[in-house]
Amino acid sequence: MAVKRKPGPVKFGELGFSQQELLRYYRDMLLIRRFEERAGQMYGMGLIGGFCHLYIGQEAVVVGMQAALTEGDTVVTSYRDHGHMLACGMDPKGVMAELTGRRGGYSHGKGGSMHMFSREKNFFGGHGIVGAQVPVGTGLAFAHRYRANGLICVTYLGDGAVNQGQVYESFNMAALWKLPIVYAIENNRYGMGTAIDRASARTDLFHRGMAYGIPGEQVDGMNVVAVYEAGLAAAEHARSGQGPIILEMMTYRYRGHSMSDPAKYRTRDEVNRMRSEHDPIEQAGRRLLEGGTTEAQLKEIDGEVRKIVAEAAQFAQDSPEPDPAELWTDVLAEA
Amino acid sequence: MATEVLMPALSPTMTEGKIARWLKSEGESVRAGDVLAEIETDKATMEVEAIDEGVLARIVIPEGTEHVAVNTPIAVIAGNGEDVRATELTMPPPDTGQQVPSEVRSLRPSPVPPTPVSPRRASEVEQEYTGKTTTMTVREALRDAMAEEMRRDDAVFLIGEEVAEYQGAYKVSQGLLQEFGPRRVIDTPITEQGFTGLGIGAGFAGLRPIVEFMTFNFAMQAMDQIINSASKTRYMSGGQMSCPIVFRGPNGIASRVAAQHSQCYGSWYAHCPGLKVVAPYTGADHKGLLKAAIRDPNPVIFLEHELVYGESFAVPDDPEFIVPIGKARIARPGRHVTITAFSRMVKLAMQAAEELEKADISAEIIDLRTLRPFDIDTIVASVKKTNRVVSVEEGWPFAGIGSEIAALVMEECFDWLDAPLKRVAGKDVPLPYAANLERLAVPQVEDIVAAAREVAYR
Repeated sequence: MAVKRKPGPVKFGELGFSQQELLRYYRDMLLIRRFEERAGQMYGMGLIGGFCHLYIGQEAVVVGMQAALTEGDTVVTSYRDHGHMLACGMDPKGVMAELTGRRGGYSHGKGGSMHMFSREKNFFGGHGIVGAQVPVGTGLAFAHRYRANGLICVTYLGDGAVNQGQVYESFNMAALWKLPIVYAIENNRYGMGTAIDRASARTDLFHRGMAYGIPGEQVDGMNVVAVYEAGLAAAEHARSGQGPIILEMMTYRYRGHSMSDPAKYRTRDEVNRMRSEHDPIEQAGRRLLEGGTTEAQLKEIDGEVRKIVAEAAQFAQDSPEPDPAELWTDVLAEA
Repeated sequence: MATEVLMPALSPTMTEGKIARWLKSEGESVRAGDVLAEIETDKATMEVEAIDEGVLARIVIPEGTEHVAVNTPIAVIAGNGEDVRATELTMPPPDTGQQVPSEVRSLRPSPVPPTPVSPRRASEVEQEYTGKTTTMTVREALRDAMAEEMRRDDAVFLIGEEVAEYQGAYKVSQGLLQEFGPRRVIDTPITEQGFTGLGIGAGFAGLRPIVEFMTFNFAMQAMDQIINSASKTRYMSGGQMSCPIVFRGPNGIASRVAAQHSQCYGSWYAHCPGLKVVAPYTGADHKGLLKAAIRDPNPVIFLEHELVYGESFAVPDDPEFIVPIGKARIARPGRHVTITAFSRMVKLAMQAAEELEKADISAEIIDLRTLRPFDIDTIVASVKKTNRVVSVEEGWPFAGIGSEIAALVMEECFDWLDAPLKRVAGKDVPLPYAANLERLAVPQVEDIVAAAREVAYR
């Protein structure tokens, strides 16, 4: 049932998208990279508190996947969620201001890094409990099917979450009821500090749905084009009523699990090798240059992105703290 | 020698059933293990097997008879070669036309038919309601509430174990699959954490799920989803996300099902901001509050009670009859002592009030109905009148609802108290199985009477 995709070079044109689109993915990935770098700095300056899980290295996954979706499709993930929010089109200012716990944040400062949402952009969180977003996402897909609205849900989970029981409860129901859902497993090889081969009896995760008849595919998650292509096929599968599908995105996070992680469980060499040989942004940049984009154009994008991030960082520091009265609001909706 | 076949109890709470069908006829010989008859209870249809070999000498209760009390002789089996005409009943068949309250089930097999239910009182109906009512069981009132709301709003659906084809483990969802079809009445695998999270996701997406737990004991498997996903997300999202969802099912102590199936979760859920928690007693309140819960934009924990499902009450017919969440009810006005209770304990408190009346102690019974948001005003107003208060709950005493009432009464009306509050609660042990121990562990009418006398110093 499970199909393993061989990573290989992708030829442009064949996939039906243009240099222009690749340029957009490049920009979106770069925005996430620069945003996360700035978030890391601001954390170091004490402007961001609590837990802060950076997405650096994994940008191709959300950007490629988001590009494969249709307006109205829903997205849910766990707590390494800044990249997902930016990919969904949420305002970097609102995201950064939530990181600093300010009034202008998406949750008015009451959610923080791990708990942000945007109904407008169909981003349903931002969930802090490993694996708990998987039944929730399955419920979003259930709602799509209930309303027969032709939409799908993408539920992201990590290689750590795949060992939670509720993931399989969800797989079973999704397959049983043929729910329109793509489970995107972001396999960055470490669940916090535990390498995947110390946590999972089998380390290839794309066939984790095999017992439920859910097809799975392994994808080069460092290659935005590969992600896009696999995402498009998976979305089509889910949308067409064939039920759930699993994509195992082979990816890597350069930073620690959270800001407080010394990352002693892996070597510097390993990280450097991934950065120099597989970096998703550099890969896309090289292809763009080969396709005729100029260095100056890429530089211009970098400048634009840096400006957006600088403005977001400024906004996040200028935005006032929540009004004390905010403590008591939003506990319950008015009946 | 002739043996009587008695109406069997097919579950711990069964008090009566219907003889659906005889599969053997009089004069037919039977072997041990042969199915004699099919019995329908409020929960299930089951088969009665012959234990001995012999001849089915007499069918005492004909098929189609309803309300046959447990332990009633339903047939006589004569030994092979015995004169079947000579078989005599040791006891007469009971009058089967009675309504039987479910908790009157005796703990030991008893040949005495259960006592009939006491006549309804007007106070059992929401006071403002003056329209037509129908007498029905709590089980039916819950079903009608769901059916009416499902007719009213396509976003409402019911999901849980055995809710559809089986018609509900406790037959609460009887007929819903037939009316609304499998799109809206959905059987799940046994996967509480999964289907709870799925319901929550559907709620976030704007649907209005009713998630049935076969019992709230099983909801502990889903506690993380209920608390972390359902109750906190509105706050964590700065008000962007709502989760209009009802979690309902039987809570509390049933009968002889021991510790893992007998627990009151009232104080567990009432502890948590972001939830509403409802625990009604009367049929009208079950219907009116469930409808309010389904229409509510927040997660609502709706605590039912297995031993109350079979009780009958006058229930308003009006599909717009709603009981607001967050309001307690004076179930019986009184002057000398306030007794608070919720769910099945209201019934015991009412019985205790009648006992106390004989000692010239007039008890005011407050049916809390909602545990969060908590209607402390009604309690304070009552305590200012009676100056004494007893709280009754099935759950454990430590950090229970009674503890909370004690704290609130201290804060709100300490100067009006003439005696310390007295808690009547389940004993601080896992619920035992043995009949005598179980009875000791669960609040009884005499415990409430004793507590009321104690605070009244009489």
